[in-house]
Amino acid sequence: MQFTASKQPENCLLGPESDSQRTLYPYVTGTSVVALKYKDGILMAADMGGSYGSTLRYKSVERMKPIGKHSLLGASGEISDFQEILKYLDELILYDNMWDDGNSLGPKEVHNYLTRVMYNRRNKFNPLWNSLVLGGVKKGEKYLGTVSMIGVNFEDNHVATGFGNHLARPILRQEWHENLSFEDGVKLLEKCMRVLLYRDRSAINKLQIAKITEEGMTISQPYSLKTYWEFSAFENPTQGAVGSW
Amino acid sequence: MTKQQANWSPYDNNGGSCVAIAGADYCVIAADTRMSTGYNILTRDYSKICKLADKCVMASSGFQADVRALQKQLAARHLIYQHQHNKQMSCPAMAQLLSNTLYYKRFFPYYSFNVLGGLDNEGKGCVFTYDAVGSYEKVGYSSQGSGSTLIMPFLDNQLKSPSPLLLPAQDAVTPLVEAEAIDLVKTVFASASERDIYTGDKLELVIINAAGIRREYMELRKD
Repeated sequence: MQFTASKQPENCLLGPESDSQRTLYPYVTGTSVVALKYKDGILMAADMGGSYGSTLRYKSVERMKPIGKHSLLGASGEISDFQEILKYLDELILYDNMWDDGNSLGPKEVHNYLTRVMYNRRNKFNPLWNSLVLGGVKKGEKYLGTVSMIGVNFEDNHVATGFGNHLARPILRQEWHENLSFEDGVKLLEKCMRVLLYRDRSAINKLQIAKITEEGMTISQPYSLKTYWEFSAFENPTQGAVGSW
Repeated sequence: MTKQQANWSPYDNNGGSCVAIAGADYCVIAADTRMSTGYNILTRDYSKICKLADKCVMASSGFQADVRALQKQLAARHLIYQHQHNKQMSCPAMAQLLSNTLYYKRFFPYYSFNVLGGLDNEGKGCVFTYDAVGSYEKVGYSSQGSGSTLIMPFLDNQLKSPSPLLLPAQDAVTPLVEAEAIDLVKTVFASASERDIYTGDKLELVIINAAGIRREYMELRKD
């Protein structure tokens, strides 16, 4: 992020952005999504905050949604763009369904589709302002991938967006293994979400965890993490900082 | 106070290094598997090497989304070529196609730095090296990407290729045998990953010779 000094001509009534039809910057945004593969499928976590700049504007935004029968999509970034993407995907799944041939789009196909949509929009200089995480299981094959605003995409055993890349992935790299049970997977995600809650100012203590396996998917009810704020450094944060309040 | 804006750029640099060496009857193409953005490592296992035809392989670093679009474009064009000519494209033909494809986007370039390696129609190793807008040159060996400033002079020193100014033109292929070239590639990557933060994790080598295509891997520094 940077401060851009925009010089406006004095006789111009409208700002330089007034006739723009593009997303020049995001309005309502969601913060990190964290996801990992575990023994039977994929686990994904995201909090429910929707920030308007640095104002916490919405507190019940569902940022993880089921896509078709085999996939789960998590999004950070502009919430309205995410809803637009959900509209595209609904249509995609519907039109695929209308073939009525017993085939269905798996997570790999959906991820590839998202990759093309995101890259296509950046080519038009009109990006969808999101980082997306797509997880799913089809025919015993676990899949976990991510796409950024400008189309950068990859698969991995664990992924995270935004702050999660800084704070959660080091934890995941240290503790993740192929045979994580459901319980251990949830514990690991909660550990990541707790670190994010403490250190990411736009993270809130109301989150959901989503699970997808061969059997189907469930998105948990919103819940909170236990926190501990009684450390003396929290109670008196400026002690020892000379010249501070 | 001016508005605090989250600005965006259509480009990113995802790092990575690519090397290709041509010999009399083989070609080695190699790249690391790290993908980064800024000081973050996005993934430690992303292949930058793409097989374009039976005897033609491309290694690309730069902006991953552009690289992927370029690979798809070339794959589609190669499929059309196969339908029209009922054969695989030769490496020199693919080299020209890659150049044209890059130049086609001269004014909104693919931010990708490529080396193309393979065997020519006589079965001799060949390497083509590019810039982002399609300038290209046939060489005996080359390096592209974030670690190229460390790797290229090392290759120059070890391979001593004949000057392109010599008349009559001399063959650019390296005098090494296959095993020596593979060893050299492993060494330059181990060295580059000491200093270049965008090179590391794992090395992927593709070796093309008369017998066919073969892949090898070697672990690199992960820090």
